[in-house]
Order: sequence, then C-alpha cells, then structure tokens
Amino acid sequence: MKTITVRYFAMFREHAGIGEETLSVDADTAVDVFHATQHRHRSTEPSGHCKVAINDVMADWDSPVSDGDTVLLFPPVAGG
Amino acid sequence: MIEMTTAEIRPDELRQQLFDPAAGAYCGFEGWIRNHNEGHDVLRLEYEAYEPLAITEGEKILAEARECYPHLKAHCVHRTGMLEIGDCAVWVGVSSPHRDEAFQACRYIIDQLKVRLPIWKKEHYADGHSGWVNCERCAKSA
Repeated sequence: MKTITVRYFAMFREHAGIGEETLSVDADTAVDVFHATQHRHRSTEPSGHCKVAINDVMADWDSPVSDGDTVLLFPPVAGG
Repeated sequence: MIEMTTAEIRPDELRQQLFDPAAGAYCGFEGWIRNHNEGHDVLRLEYEAYEPLAITEGEKILAEARECYPHLKAHCVHRTGMLEIGDCAVWVGVSSPHRDEAFQACRYIIDQLKVRLPIWKKEHYADGHSGWVNCERCAKSA
C-alpha cells in the first residue's frame, strides 16, 4: 500500500465534495490511483478523456506512482 | 510568455509588447464569451485553472511555436474567475516577419491551449442550471 495525496479539480472536485485527500491505495500507476478514486466516489468518467499530473508534472496514465506522491486528476479541459 | 489573470484583458495594450522592427505581420486571436452553447442560453462563464501547470504547459506550447517559426514573438493571456457575455477570455498575439507564419502560429497556439492547458469552464444558464463544458458530454459517452 502507498500513501498518495490526490487533488481534484473542477467537476471532479464537485463530485468528490473535496479538493484534496490522502489515501492509502494499492497502486502501481496513475490509472490505478484514478480507479481507486472512482470506486471511492462512485464516478464513471473514462480516463481517456482526462489528464493526470504527478507532483506538478504532466504524466501518462501508466506513469508509476511512489509512496508520498501527489496525483492531480484533471477532468476534460476546456480552455479558451 | 503566458499569463493567467483575473483582470480584464486589454488586447490593444498587449499587442504593443509584440512590436518588432523585423516584424511585418501581427496576428491576434481573442476568445469571447458568447451567450449560447449547444442549445443553451448562457448567462456567464466561470473559469478555473490549475495555474502552475497552465503556465508550464503554456510556455511549452509557445516554445513549440517559436521552434517552428524562429523569428516569432508570441504572448498569451487567459482569464480565470467569473466572466460575463462579451468579455475576452483568452488572447493570443504573435508577430513575425511575414503574415503566413503569423496566421499559422496564432492558430497553432490557440488550438493547443484549448486542449492541453488545465483550464475548465462552467457555463451558467438562463434556466438556472450550470454545467462544466466537455465534462457533461463525456460523462454521457462513458
């Protein structure tokens, strides 16, 4: 198990009801963390539409996560 | 250079930063808040950004444009917070020796900004409802 801080933005934050939480998760990659949060908050957003960052660096869903990392979950973006 | 701001965007002032004696062309893009989207009457838009990564990713996009067009000067400003109909939400300005690369670079930058920057917008509708742009649609397609 790893201790991961997860930050939620926009729709994800509203759905979760919080902006940030620290979880103890069995996760090797960013998508594992994403799935854990979906299970926790009963969300069905597909990861393919979303983006992820680890410790303030844009990452891929298969990027590895380490104990103590902060994972930022970005719902589909819509700038401009 | 890319900036995020809660203040009004003033393109006429911003474009002056792009003046260059070697530039023969300037191209600017302004994204405005419109009063409708996908059949909804929109009253206002609320922008949220994760600024540290919006800046980092935005600088990467500008660097990519400068790599393609070596004599390019480029600048972008994006609003956050609550915006009203007609407000300028984003401005992209470029200057270059010739118009062709100015048009192309400006188009490249705004297109990339829209799909890569961690920025979200919530529409507030005349019927009292609200919705996150792109999010509701993709939740339905899940």
